[in-house]
Amino acid sequence: MNSHMILRVVGKFLIPLIVIFGLYVHFHGDFGPGGGFQAGVIVAAAIILYALLFGLKACKEAVPPSWIRIGMTLGVLFYVGTGVFTWLLGASFLDFDPIHPDIDHAMGQHIGIILVEIGVLLTVATVMVAIFYAFGSRQPEIMDEEQDF
Amino acid sequence: MAEAKHDAASHAAAPLPWTEIFEWAQALLSGGLILTGAFFVIAGAIGILRMPDFYTRIHAAGMTDTMGAEFILLGLIIQSGFTQTSLKLLLIAFFLFITSPTATHAIAHAAHLSGLKPKLGPYQAPDLDDIGKGDGS
Repeated sequence: MNSHMILRVVGKFLIPLIVIFGLYVHFHGDFGPGGGFQAGVIVAAAIILYALLFGLKACKEAVPPSWIRIGMTLGVLFYVGTGVFTWLLGASFLDFDPIHPDIDHAMGQHIGIILVEIGVLLTVATVMVAIFYAFGSRQPEIMDEEQDF
Repeated sequence: MAEAKHDAASHAAAPLPWTEIFEWAQALLSGGLILTGAFFVIAGAIGILRMPDFYTRIHAAGMTDTMGAEFILLGLIIQSGFTQTSLKLLLIAFFLFITSPTATHAIAHAAHLSGLKPKLGPYQAPDLDDIGKGDGS
């Protein structure tokens, strides 16, 4: 346990900052490089780093797999829900203009793209963690019968 | 407008051209720091090629990561002055300062745990003429 002390201390300090950087990348997506996908991967990387440093069991207590399942579906729901919401406002699917009356500054586009990107962020982050959990929870030993192919 | 006013004032009293001096100092300081960083990067690269075993090589590689990158980033910070770019570079320098020694530590620790013994005792570096003739420890 003590042999991982330095990594764990540095990791504890860095993991929240990695998540904040992910949110920075997310909200910077309007103006420059960034967006929901990259931010989702960065947030997932923070969670995976936690799992690597403290073990899969501790990570599953911190981020339960049931949350992961809810997050995956909620993200897709957010994305499609924004599209349906614009339908209800009388525009076509994912046409963000009628969300906000300020057409000149494209405020509707800003708000709409942020909403859609939140869905992408949720789905990408949770799917990445779900893939990691799926690989990490495998049985490490292979059965004798399966060993020669 | 302010520039012209300043010029007139400097012609009248002939004080030192402080803005120009400041720019020169900035350029010289940042150039010197970037050159120092480049020196450390080259030293690290030579060290990786010339050092005898894993642990000494990883020492040279860590030097490239911390000293080289830090000095180059410090030079770039001075180059860009008090701007947002400078703040971002400062953050990069801060995170690099924490993470790269940690990464070096993790690699060296993993090698130690897996039982790699460091080379001890007197060591004669191979002659430059003999390099490439096999042996290759």
